[in-house]
Amino acid sequence: MDKAVVSIFKLIKAPIYSHCLSQDKSLLAITCENKCLIYKINPASKTPQLVATLDNHDKTVTAVDISIHGRIVTCSQDRNAYVWEPLSDGTYRPTLVLLRINRAATCVSWAPNGYKFAVGSSARIIAVCYYEQENNWWVSKHIKKPIKSTINSLSWHYNGVLLASGGTDGFMRIFSGFIKGLDSKEIMANSPWGSKFPFGTLVREQYCGGAYIHDVQWRSNVEKVAFVTHDGTLNILDYQGTLQSVNSPDGLPYKSLLWVNDHEILCAGYNCHPTMFSESSQGWKFSRDYDKVAVSNILKDSSNNLNTNPSNQQFNNSLNNDNVNDDENPTFGISALKKFKELDLKGKVSLEQKEGAHENTIVGLIPFVESNGQITQVSSCGLDGKVVIYNI
Amino acid sequence: MSQSLRPYLTAVRHSLEAALTLSNFSSQEVERHNRPEIEVPIQSAELLLQPMHISRNEHEQVLIEPSVNSVRVNIMVKQADEIEQILVHKFTRFLEQRAEAFYILRRVPIKGYSISFLITNKHTESMKNGKLIDFIIEFMEEVDKEISEMKLFLNARARFVAEEYLSEFVY
Repeated sequence: MDKAVVSIFKLIKAPIYSHCLSQDKSLLAITCENKCLIYKINPASKTPQLVATLDNHDKTVTAVDISIHGRIVTCSQDRNAYVWEPLSDGTYRPTLVLLRINRAATCVSWAPNGYKFAVGSSARIIAVCYYEQENNWWVSKHIKKPIKSTINSLSWHYNGVLLASGGTDGFMRIFSGFIKGLDSKEIMANSPWGSKFPFGTLVREQYCGGAYIHDVQWRSNVEKVAFVTHDGTLNILDYQGTLQSVNSPDGLPYKSLLWVNDHEILCAGYNCHPTMFSESSQGWKFSRDYDKVAVSNILKDSSNNLNTNPSNQQFNNSLNNDNVNDDENPTFGISALKKFKELDLKGKVSLEQKEGAHENTIVGLIPFVESNGQITQVSSCGLDGKVVIYNI
Repeated sequence: MSQSLRPYLTAVRHSLEAALTLSNFSSQEVERHNRPEIEVPIQSAELLLQPMHISRNEHEQVLIEPSVNSVRVNIMVKQADEIEQILVHKFTRFLEQRAEAFYILRRVPIKGYSISFLITNKHTESMKNGKLIDFIIEFMEEVDKEISEMKLFLNARARFVAEEYLSEFVY
């Protein structure tokens, strides 16, 4: 195991599409098929303890987020979202959110103040939802234009007004999610992104070749937004409109990114391990890999692979002898036997092959331990059903 | 392995590695559906990616059609003469009839190709990408060998039968 890996939690067999930690890092929420599982992280015991299962959805849960007040919001491909209010006895009370969308909800994100959240959907709509006291409901306002395809990712600026979104139409867009009566105009007074922010205004739009955008993240204090696209690049946009791009060294796209500090971004995705990018005077560039598996014999064809193990080699030789005999005298029975022997060896892994902490795509990165603006430990979730903590 | 086969398989392997970057994607056309976008006739154009066509010669080609949540891999197996054509047809038919045990096999190949695989995000979530690619590459290596072996066997058997039959007429 690589030094960077602190712990590996193999939680479920199904893929995890999203995971989230509570404000005090004691609760871990993961999606599991059409449920959302809540675990208690206990430093004393090694593995997280399952404390609650949230199962009101009837299709795959796509995203989960926990607000600073401990409210959990889940959204799913069944077109619904629920807000789960924690009760004193450790259970959760669900409230349906009136999303008014007719396609899958794909991503959800609480605003930093915890009083509203945004849900992205396949209906080409972003629904910004807030609590309405009179009706005792979570209601939503829609941002429709000019979204042309599914929203994959949403991120709130720290001021709780600017909302960055990215989707399969290849546009990174920044909208205003200003809700009258909930947000104050003063907070946006000196914003470099503009002067007026009525709800739904398109503040900025960035097109990058039409590649799907998998993840968007704000870095509020330097007024930058970073996003990863399906063409394997990490892009950083600032308020002046300068776009910097850096390519993935493996050539595979990233599914997730995380600002470690003002000048470093951690990315992870289809290459199954996190990669750090850093900013220097020459711009952004690749800095290092974490937990990378050394792949030396990737192009070795399968027949050679069988020979790596000495016992296999012997067996192979005997197989080859059979082969010679076959050519002289084609007897059906023996060739069938040989075929089954070969089938048995197919897909066999030699023991020397090392595996990284994640065996499948990493889809989410969130901060685990933070100390004065610098993230020191990161938690990641993957399609292999694991949550892994990395030291950065 | 012959000289031109290796670069061909390497090209297929790298193209597959790039193409097998799938996500769970719910349909944006039909409510509460989640379907392989590559198989849907009317759809949003942005969900289909550029197809990749790798050709060794006119008899051996691979067409990889990626989309946001599924990849279709079509393989044209070498068919030099009529016997090989029959053998390839029988062989692929045998496999296709057992498609549900084969997970990634498509029941009907795309027109112009001998066999098609359909890999969806469900497959890449439950199986390792590297192994899936290894399997397809191995299949491409093996199928040629298998077909020529069958052809040899068929010829030998035909000769043997003919000899047996004609020996009846020798006095």
